[in-house]
Amino acid sequence: MTTPQSSDDPRKGVRRTVWRSVAALLGMFAFAFALVPLYDVFCEVTGLNGKTNNSAQAVMHDGVDETRLVTVQFITRSGSGLNWGLDVETRQLRVHPGQPTEVSFTFDNHGDGESWGRAVPSVSPSKASLHLRKISCFCFQEQRLGAGERREIPLVFQLSRDLPDDVNTVTLVYTLYPVEDRDAPQQASAQSLEGEQS
Amino acid sequence: MAPKVPPQPTLEQSTTAAAGHGHAHEAPPKGLMRWLLTTNHKEIGTLYLIFSLTMFFVGGIFAMVVRAELFQPGLQLVQPEFFNQMTTMHGLIMVFAAVMPAFTGLANWMIPLQIGAPDMALPRLNNFSFWLLPVAFTLLLSTLFMPGGAPNFGWTFYAPLSTTYGPPSTTFFILSLHIAGISSILGAINIIATILNMRAPGMRMMDMPLFVWTWLITAFLLIAVMPVLAGVITMMLMDINFGTSFFDAAGGGDPVLFQHLFWFFGHPEVYIMILPAFGIVSAIIPTFARKRLFGYASMVYATAAIAILSFLVWAHHMFVVGLPLVAELFFMYCTMLIAVPTGVKVFNWITTLFRGSISFEPPMLFALAFVVLFTIGGFSGLMLAIAPADFQYHDTYFVVAHFHYVLVPGAVFAIMAGVYYWLPKWTGHYPNERLAQWHFWLSVIGVNLTFFPMHFSGLAGMPRRIPDYALQFADFNLVASLGAFMFGASQLLFVAVVVLCVRGGRKAPGRAWEHAEDLEWSVPSPAPLHTFDTPPKFERSSH
Repeated sequence: MTTPQSSDDPRKGVRRTVWRSVAALLGMFAFAFALVPLYDVFCEVTGLNGKTNNSAQAVMHDGVDETRLVTVQFITRSGSGLNWGLDVETRQLRVHPGQPTEVSFTFDNHGDGESWGRAVPSVSPSKASLHLRKISCFCFQEQRLGAGERREIPLVFQLSRDLPDDVNTVTLVYTLYPVEDRDAPQQASAQSLEGEQS
Repeated sequence: MAPKVPPQPTLEQSTTAAAGHGHAHEAPPKGLMRWLLTTNHKEIGTLYLIFSLTMFFVGGIFAMVVRAELFQPGLQLVQPEFFNQMTTMHGLIMVFAAVMPAFTGLANWMIPLQIGAPDMALPRLNNFSFWLLPVAFTLLLSTLFMPGGAPNFGWTFYAPLSTTYGPPSTTFFILSLHIAGISSILGAINIIATILNMRAPGMRMMDMPLFVWTWLITAFLLIAVMPVLAGVITMMLMDINFGTSFFDAAGGGDPVLFQHLFWFFGHPEVYIMILPAFGIVSAIIPTFARKRLFGYASMVYATAAIAILSFLVWAHHMFVVGLPLVAELFFMYCTMLIAVPTGVKVFNWITTLFRGSISFEPPMLFALAFVVLFTIGGFSGLMLAIAPADFQYHDTYFVVAHFHYVLVPGAVFAIMAGVYYWLPKWTGHYPNERLAQWHFWLSVIGVNLTFFPMHFSGLAGMPRRIPDYALQFADFNLVASLGAFMFGASQLLFVAVVVLCVRGGRKAPGRAWEHAEDLEWSVPSPAPLHTFDTPPKFERSSH
């Protein structure tokens, strides 16, 4: 590349350059889309964006660290386009790492029709998200509430004992989002599972 | 150094070039068709420059609307919804339709002349990439007349503001950006192919003028990041129209992902808009200081270093989204690292000026203003790079002041310097000295009146993208608006100078400036339509 054009036909060189550039272009376009799953994997491994595990985890039985108390805060938000309320029995708890804890959340459909919704969790600080184990959570499934229906669903969680020492407060935010009407029977089974847990 | 030009099969090359590029010497079409069908790099360069100047005024009018509304606190002239459309369209037009095409136009005109090539490597593609632009930006401007109005979410079009909450015209915006992106990409391929394959016999890479070097690196940046932009807006398109959830938290997507992808494109993009400016200034300062450019090789390496680092700093635009501490530190230090190669460049220019025999023709005035004012923009960039300080500055007028300092007296002044520098080559006449001086001084005063007070209002906490503001910012905004009107009006002088220069003026010889060295000064002024049909003998002079 640092030599001046060699004696061969410059048109051949142009063609080569163009093909290489096009290959680089396509590669970068694919790379942009590849970043979407890569980003998810990266966040899952590092827990960077405060996303928690999307499925239930088993209780860890390695004892409770009685020497340490961590504040766990709950924030609930009703998202746009869904006339639901989400409330929690207590806004703040003090728990020992390793101790499984149950908190009850209340879903309220203020609307006058049946609708589907989903509570999406987010944890702050994000480095705590890998240490917050959810044994049971309404956030794993979409919910269906009839008109004016009110339902209490518990969240069972545990902070693992290896929670970094500098984390004294963990905030768990649930935001409600609407789910467009979907195949009802398929959701019903998820619903009944949820029913058993509550 | 004795010029040692190896004997080259020049005859063969020139015939292949002539045959291959189909110079239709017979009867070129007349009138409109001539411009529609031209494959000549000079004519296409001219088209790019005229298009860019037109869009500079369109985007400028949007800016004047913004500044007029901000002249006083309270809502006077426009509704907040329209104000948001104005800020968005101003940004989009200035970035994609004014600054980028201006550099591509200069590249079209000057790169073949500077490397001794008869034309661009792919002349018909060149024509296509230009004519995509009017299509793209007619489409974008037409959104102003659509129900729901034009895009109003800022030029950064963050999702979900631009997806869930965007106006219906967002899909048109995406299409227009796709077309503009394709145009940039094709232009970049053409420039790379030209530079790598069509240099005059004997011209090595390290003999190329810096404008050519900086454009080569810019073209690589374009090829690397424009596809990412295309990917992002395609994802937006699918989120809006096809029910996917790339950036929609409700469906399992992540709005922060949008910001990562956007700035992975966006940060190299800001260097795309400044590297060719470095090249222009590196041509002008040695000419009017009548000295060789100090540190040619270090300029090349510094440009390459800036380009590489530009891929490692994107998240400094996102310090407040909740990055972990390690990431904040990484992006903060990488960003500060860019100050090193940039400093190398600034010091090289200053050293070139040192003990030079300087004269102050209009191109030199703009180039000198570039060095000073761009450096101010660089310093405010360093302040913004400090992550903890950025928490305070983020989304305030301080940011607006910063990027306008690097883009207006940075990129735009460099383009104007380049235009004044090469106008004698293009038209055969020198630009009117007196008018050009007026243009310069009014511009430089206007720019500083406009953007300097924004540092203060920003540090005092005035948020950007608002149509109304707290009373304590009234004085700063008054000054900024007056400066903006002054700057805007003085650009009419620029048009006057260019028009007068095309129509007549003092005749310029081939080597229009006393110490100008590069190959373009070896052809007559005005440059004939076809130059270097036979490759010139390149004489290695100085670097």
